[in-house]
Amino acid sequence: MKDIAIVAYQQSDGVSDAGAVNEVELIMPVLDRTFEQARLDSAQDVDFVCSGSCDYLQGAAFAFVAGVDALGAVPPIKESHVEMDAAWALYESILKIRMGHADSALIYGFGKSSPGELPIVLSQQLDPYYLAPQWVDSISLAAMQARLMLDQGLITERDMAEVVSRSRRNARSNPHAQLAGDVSPEDVLAQETYLSPLRKADCCPVSDGASAVVIATVEKAKEWGLPYAIISGIDHRIETHNLGMRDLTDSVSTRTAAEHAGMHDGKVDVAELYAPFSHQEIILTRALGLGEETSINPSGGVLAGNLMMASGLSRIGEVFNRIVSGEAQRGVAHTTSGPCLQHNLVTVLEKA
Amino acid sequence: MSQPDVLNQAFELGFTYTRSTGPVIGRFFTELRNRNIVGIKASDGRVVVPPMEYDPDTAEELSEFVEVGQQGEIVSFAWVKEPREAHPMDVPFAWAMIKLDGADVPMVHCIAAANESAVATGARVQVVWADETIGYITDIRCFELL
Repeated sequence: MKDIAIVAYQQSDGVSDAGAVNEVELIMPVLDRTFEQARLDSAQDVDFVCSGSCDYLQGAAFAFVAGVDALGAVPPIKESHVEMDAAWALYESILKIRMGHADSALIYGFGKSSPGELPIVLSQQLDPYYLAPQWVDSISLAAMQARLMLDQGLITERDMAEVVSRSRRNARSNPHAQLAGDVSPEDVLAQETYLSPLRKADCCPVSDGASAVVIATVEKAKEWGLPYAIISGIDHRIETHNLGMRDLTDSVSTRTAAEHAGMHDGKVDVAELYAPFSHQEIILTRALGLGEETSINPSGGVLAGNLMMASGLSRIGEVFNRIVSGEAQRGVAHTTSGPCLQHNLVTVLEKA
Repeated sequence: MSQPDVLNQAFELGFTYTRSTGPVIGRFFTELRNRNIVGIKASDGRVVVPPMEYDPDTAEELSEFVEVGQQGEIVSFAWVKEPREAHPMDVPFAWAMIKLDGADVPMVHCIAAANESAVATGARVQVVWADETIGYITDIRCFELL
């Protein structure tokens, strides 16, 4: 089996409202920088292109097709799309390469969440008979999950505030972060509750933006003469849509995915975890068994900016950056989808 | 020259078909219309409310219905200070996971309460039915504290 590597990653700045900029205009500057980094002229220079986005954000069926305009798809290209975070577009691209149908792929994800009411839009991904008609928003579901943990003594509000404080602090060195700064746990705890037991700072912001990655077989990466990080494992698992039947204080699917991705075969220097709510970072850290030797969310994670449908791909990109810069030898990137960490993808990256 | 007639056609945006909810979800909704609540036994014997068609662990098709109570206990909740337009209430309320008497798995629904401090994990609640029940999850208008 051919080893596959990441050779380029770019992300736009996370902004709370991109204004009149449309999705194509969010994607194009990111793709330009990605092509430049990978020393490619255009999407014609890769064998496959796969994107991740959500038509519900634009409120129109097949809205994702417009995103292809950012590529210039003439002459025709081999292209696919997932109605998921673009980390799953990367997963599809890996399958494409593994099957021998491609040696390289461009993956991009984008989301302009600001025009709608994101927590309500996300309510429509829930069970269509029992939950969606009630319009239960994503923040309320996360708040119930946090309360389960608080009630059972698995976390304290201070633990949650410390996650926020570290995210904001780490985000100061991330030029694309939307929320960064010196915020102490005491500052967070002094805030009133927003959707009790959550405070606003416990919740990721609404962000507009895009990110992109180029992957290739190691042979191709060498031929291109680019620095790269090897994708040594990737796996995803999903739990039942019935929230009542899940143990919401744990992430069984993340743990299983990590085992199957071979995360435990070596030391983990860096972990980028897709935790839209502070308590979920604690659930994930525990499910993955990460300890002191692992730097968690050095980018600030999605509490510092949450590009719907792109932030999962960005987690992988952030680990790639740490490896090619020499800060880390080996790292893990986690992506989530669905309410209360329902569906989780784990990617393991290693130094070449 | 007179203005040409504009071609006109009434159009309603919507699905032009009805979808059967099937023997499990349909049964639950029919019971709701009659102001009853039923769950279903999972492979391990746990009573799941609202009922599921398949067991999430074993994928076994489920069919053994069990009538459950109209009172229950709060397993967890979130207090909504500022209800959103789409929300079922326009005054502060709680979303909650509620385990009905006779059920082993909590369901998600809303609770009407005067204020946050009135709601607590473990508190007892009971169903408030909608004035008219039509076989929707919203036939349960909300729960109220006992």
